[in-house]
Amino acid sequence: MKFQPVIGLEVHCQLKTDSKIFCGCSTKFGAEPNSQTCPVCLGMPGSLPVLNRKVVEFAIKAGLATNCSISHRSVFARKNYFYPDLPKGYQISQFEEPICRKGWLDIQVDGIEKRIGITRIHMEEDAGKLVHGDVAGLEEGSGVDLNRACTPLLEIVSEPDLRSSDEAVAYLKQLHRIVTWLGICDGNMEEGSFRCDANVSVMPLGSETFGTRAEIKNVNSFKFVKQAIEYEIQRQIDLIEDGGTVVQETRLFDPNSGRTRSMRGKEEAHDYRYFPDPDLVPLVIDADWVQRAHGELPELPEHKQQRFITEYGVTGYDAEVLTASRSLAEYFEECVAFHHNAKAVSNWIMGEVTRALNDSGTTIDACPVLPKTLADLLKLIDSGAISGKIAKTVFDEMWRSGKEPGAIVEEQGLLQVSDSGAIEAIIDEIMAANQGQVEEYRGGKEKVFGFFVGQVMKASKGKANPALVNELLLARLKG
Amino acid sequence: MKITTAEVEHVARLARLELSAEEKDLFVGQMDAILGYVDKLRGLNTDDVQPTSHAVPVENAFRPDQAQPSIGVAKALANAPDRAESFYRVPKVIE
Repeated sequence: MKFQPVIGLEVHCQLKTDSKIFCGCSTKFGAEPNSQTCPVCLGMPGSLPVLNRKVVEFAIKAGLATNCSISHRSVFARKNYFYPDLPKGYQISQFEEPICRKGWLDIQVDGIEKRIGITRIHMEEDAGKLVHGDVAGLEEGSGVDLNRACTPLLEIVSEPDLRSSDEAVAYLKQLHRIVTWLGICDGNMEEGSFRCDANVSVMPLGSETFGTRAEIKNVNSFKFVKQAIEYEIQRQIDLIEDGGTVVQETRLFDPNSGRTRSMRGKEEAHDYRYFPDPDLVPLVIDADWVQRAHGELPELPEHKQQRFITEYGVTGYDAEVLTASRSLAEYFEECVAFHHNAKAVSNWIMGEVTRALNDSGTTIDACPVLPKTLADLLKLIDSGAISGKIAKTVFDEMWRSGKEPGAIVEEQGLLQVSDSGAIEAIIDEIMAANQGQVEEYRGGKEKVFGFFVGQVMKASKGKANPALVNELLLARLKG
Repeated sequence: MKITTAEVEHVARLARLELSAEEKDLFVGQMDAILGYVDKLRGLNTDDVQPTSHAVPVENAFRPDQAQPSIGVAKALANAPDRAESFYRVPKVIE
């Protein structure tokens, strides 16, 4: 029997605010355990949470960027359960009235576009962190660090519209690009700022009734999401084919083995008894507020990607790479504004700039070569002042020293030689020194031509104008 | 009787409460009385009434996104029954 996988994703994005969602404690990562806590996030009796306005603004932006409708009224609710990383015994979340509903994202897999529904987006607080082992005194027992407790999260829930692990990854990448683009989440998956739970089930191909689903937790990279989903699909198919049935449960992905395993402990705790949190007043967002947020949205990645193709004539692939992040896209556009050769700018950014960034482990935000200076370099190439090859040397020097390309070319005497007399002189020298090859060429072995080009370029230290070298060599060799 | 002993046991379990047989009987009676009282409201027509989640009609209380000093590790851990370095220590949690 053939099976059809059905996948829905719940993504948690940690929001890039300075302070927590319901108190003024800092959200900075990596501080001494429990040093960023106060009575509110420690869950002390009598303390009262007050909503961070920026969290609402970020949630509205996320909603608008994913085509959701923004609820006029939304309410915070308590999700009740006991766990040592949850000081109050409940998590403040949203349940019946989330801030955003009914959106969608378009994804592309193998050139086929597909629309994936977004059920809802809601705001909630994160829990603390549990630490096991490697701390003195924790050989026995577990450590609780509440610095992360009460940091703001958005939970973005997709419809069960995804049908393969590739679609799931494409959706995740698209969502990741949007939240980082909006500047509301740093997207760091290793630190857990962008994490994902996957609901996976299988049904016989052609069926319309979904199978029983398992929820996979703890998948913190695109690669692991793909692995975890594929493992889980196969596990369920094998189980059914062996006459078994899938049980609804929470499973944990183990990156070391590539498998998912059951988390039995939490199954019985699924009775959360949600109710509206009386400590927090309802949130009302009027049309003006939504309008204002709309006006503050940057041009979104999909739109920019499309515009790069139509406005600058770059290929679909280039447009996708150039809009991988907002900073990269802005770098490109700024550079094109200084030098109207989008193809050259695109090639250089995707080639030399990316290579240099990778080699030095920096990001485009910290790129030592600014768009304006890169444009200056490309102008030197397009005007024929230097060759494309020499430009790479100049670029490396710009990266190292921060000097202007024009100054480097002048200092090192790298100007392209387009003086035919000078080039002819070099050609004559080379031909005189390599009589054997001249004979070969004249005898019909045209491949030797490349040898002469190489020698002339070498003798001119790469500065001879390559087109001119070709032209003059051809004339001279023909005799 | 609307409430059963099994339901009292379930709720007690969710709240991590251990109840004696006498207490269970006592709470079955009490919870039943409470729900019976609430049931009276079903007699009212509430078609045009919004569910009341808050007693006072106030909306939109915000604070600005400004980090404030925290209370410090010493105070945060002052009432902790057990600690290790700057962590609260709890019985081993196995996922």
